Amino acid sequence: MALRFEVLGRFNRARAAQLTLPHFVCQTPLFMPVGTQGTIKGLTTNQLEEIGCQIILGNTYHLALRPSSELIDELGGLHKFMNWPRALLTDSGGFQMVSLLHLADITEKGVTFQSPVDGKPMLLTPEESIQIQNRIGADIIMALDDVVRTTITGPRVEEAMYRTLRWIDRCIAAHKRPEEQNLFGIVQGGLDPVLRDICVRGLVDRKLPGYAIGGLSGGEDKNSFWRVVAQCTAALPDDKPRYVMGVGYPLDIVVCSALGADMYDCVYPTRTARFGTALVPEGVLKLKHKAMADDTRPIDPACMCMVCKNYTRAYIHCLVTKDAMGSQLLSYHNLYYMMKLSRDLHSSIIQERFPEFVCEFLQKMFPKGDVPEWVCNAMEVAGIDISCCCAPFSSSQD
Amino acid sequence: MSSAPDTSILTSLNIQHGTDLHEMKFAVTAWSKGRARVGVLQLANCPQPMETPALLLSTRKGLPVFISPDLLPSLPSPDSHLLQMSPLHLYVFTSLPLLLFVLIVGYIVDMSMWVLRLLFLPAHAAVKMVGCTWVPGLLAYMCVYLSLDGISSKTISNIGGLHQMLGLHEYGFAAVPRDSIVCLPECDSTNKIGASFETPSGRRLIKPVEYMEMISSMKPSLWATLADEVPAWVSAKRNKASVDRTLRWLDECITLSPNQLQGYWIGGFGLGESMDERPALLNAVADILPVERPRQICGLELPEEVLQGVAAGIDLFDSTYIYHLTLGGFALTFPLESIQRHEFDSRLSDVGSDHTKINLRATIYRKDTAPIVDNCNCYTCQNHTRAYINHLLNVHEMLAQILLEIHNTHHYLGFFRSIRTAIKEDNFEQFRQTFIDSRREHLNMTAHMHRAEGIAPLVLLGDRAFNG
Repeated sequence: MALRFEVLGRFNRARAAQLTLPHFVCQTPLFMPVGTQGTIKGLTTNQLEEIGCQIILGNTYHLALRPSSELIDELGGLHKFMNWPRALLTDSGGFQMVSLLHLADITEKGVTFQSPVDGKPMLLTPEESIQIQNRIGADIIMALDDVVRTTITGPRVEEAMYRTLRWIDRCIAAHKRPEEQNLFGIVQGGLDPVLRDICVRGLVDRKLPGYAIGGLSGGEDKNSFWRVVAQCTAALPDDKPRYVMGVGYPLDIVVCSALGADMYDCVYPTRTARFGTALVPEGVLKLKHKAMADDTRPIDPACMCMVCKNYTRAYIHCLVTKDAMGSQLLSYHNLYYMMKLSRDLHSSIIQERFPEFVCEFLQKMFPKGDVPEWVCNAMEVAGIDISCCCAPFSSSQD
Repeated sequence: MSSAPDTSILTSLNIQHGTDLHEMKFAVTAWSKGRARVGVLQLANCPQPMETPALLLSTRKGLPVFISPDLLPSLPSPDSHLLQMSPLHLYVFTSLPLLLFVLIVGYIVDMSMWVLRLLFLPAHAAVKMVGCTWVPGLLAYMCVYLSLDGISSKTISNIGGLHQMLGLHEYGFAAVPRDSIVCLPECDSTNKIGASFETPSGRRLIKPVEYMEMISSMKPSLWATLADEVPAWVSAKRNKASVDRTLRWLDECITLSPNQLQGYWIGGFGLGESMDERPALLNAVADILPVERPRQICGLELPEEVLQGVAAGIDLFDSTYIYHLTLGGFALTFPLESIQRHEFDSRLSDVGSDHTKINLRATIYRKDTAPIVDNCNCYTCQNHTRAYINHLLNVHEMLAQILLEIHNTHHYLGFFRSIRTAIKEDNFEQFRQTFIDSRREHLNMTAHMHRAEGIAPLVLLGDRAFNG
């Protein structure tokens, strides 16, 4: 175990904590931007620190391809290679393979795939994945899991869940640096509560430093999504961090935090920036839209980031999708927004005003009171009263 | 305003007149034995005066191509505070002929559909169809929407001008129509109505009145009037036309925005003329310009070309060299203290590197944990290694260009500082000759080596062939 997790404040299931990792002391709930190939697209490590990023994700699959984990190891690890002084997390590489590659096939041995370099058949085993991640040197590493989309049903889901449990033992055995890197297990089981429960118990038995909830954010409907998160957070140990993989919409993050999750990652904020979309309290702002051409307001008048303090929507409009600078400025703003959301979640729980924060958040995003039903249901389970921002509901109650 | 030059001496030259809207002070403070000089330029916005010869940093729509505005302060100050921009980057071009064409076609389509419906529909429905003009309207709207490429003068005025719009209050902006990367003068299409440029959204014609509209809304620190730039090889008739037209537009621009003429922007260079014929032309221009006014030029890209310009007495230069280096994955490495001859490393030359620059895409840098240049103070060298930049280039990450643009800008600004020092120490000619000789020696040796090995001469990025 190479981390310390200390809960500093609570509201029902939601918690604000201090997560001490080898390279950085973090505050949760937190969002982790994805730096696929050893960089967040278009931003320097200096800017990421200024924005308040605490942990960055690196993709094992991409880094193992280029520049290779051996080279990263030789040059002192990924922290040194990219000159990032704070915390890093690497995924197992399994998800990328399944989603990116031709003929990825999953067997008991591991994930077989066609090498993108020469087309030869290759095999990523749990042992290999952990070894690569040991070489890269991130603070948190992920077990190789048999990940199945939630849209798939039938015996495949059960097979994947049991295999994930068998593979976690192999990952633990292969892990050579438990004092410096924290191995997180990933809960699978699709949308089946019975399978999810078995998986949680199996992983908790292994007494890992932290746990992730995987297999979500792949197209399932929101009702199923939040119920799986709720079930897993209830069953996972209270004194260990809980990481919901692939969750990036601000609304989803607020709901999951209310249900007791601590960590999130997603390409959404940076990817949507490259398409000209900015994250704002009301939802999103599409800077490409013609209406922006003479709008002299900042993207978000309440935002304190460098972009909102200096630039108008009109100027950004003429940059987006045409100039690299447009992507850069929007990525900067969007990540700043996500980091501020993380900070607000943490501080509002500590300062015992979490329900007020949630209500303000929902009011800004749904000014007409049309909060989606799944959010209302989830907040009910989380024990947070949001009736003040659900206009139709409260008016229909007798 | 000086009189038009005698075209029998200057066959391919234009002189443009720059004027400024704000306060500007310029004074020559040091002379070399020849025409090269050091000056001091004080602009209203910039807290500190800037020494010339100086480099104007290239921008796209007012901001550097890759360096984000919060990283600009990491560059040397006040050297890095002069930015060059082209108003055409921001201009909202609507193509009137295209618009009319679409309207007419749309109208014909609409009318035909109306007639067809009339033939097959009952009377009351046919009446409803009359006046259905949404098709041409929609097409016209789409046309305007698609042609909108910038930000309107009105909006720029509402925001408060360039400095406010770009959040760069302590920087000086020089507005010049031509941008040697994306806004190249198209002399064949320029006519008496306006100047034509090749832009990323096609060929565009801009009239003096349109240009001045942009200038008055932008309020740059310095600006050049609209000119008809022609390259060196045009006919005498075309050349004369360009001079007459340029002078007429100069008058028009000044009438639209009365200002004191404060300096000279020299056009017509960097459009493909040979380096050999340039010095004579540059000297001829410089000799007729008043000594105490600043001279600006576009299109002298390479260090050797800059040295030609400095030797002729030019004070302000644009920086497309940095852009081309950055895109190619090159980083400048030549020593700035004094130009020394280096041991020739054949291995480096095979990948396009020489002792002036390195090609960071080359595999020899995969594990190189040194910074680009050992004692360089730029953000890139203080924070990152050659190995990391090599990786970024290989995986096509934008951060590579950001880091390279920072370093290359920093380094090239250092080159200009060396030039100024050499002039002040009165050994500019020696400095210049040493620099050129060391580059030529390398190129000769490369060519010699490759001939010996039977390889065709290597074409180095951005470098033009030397004779001999």
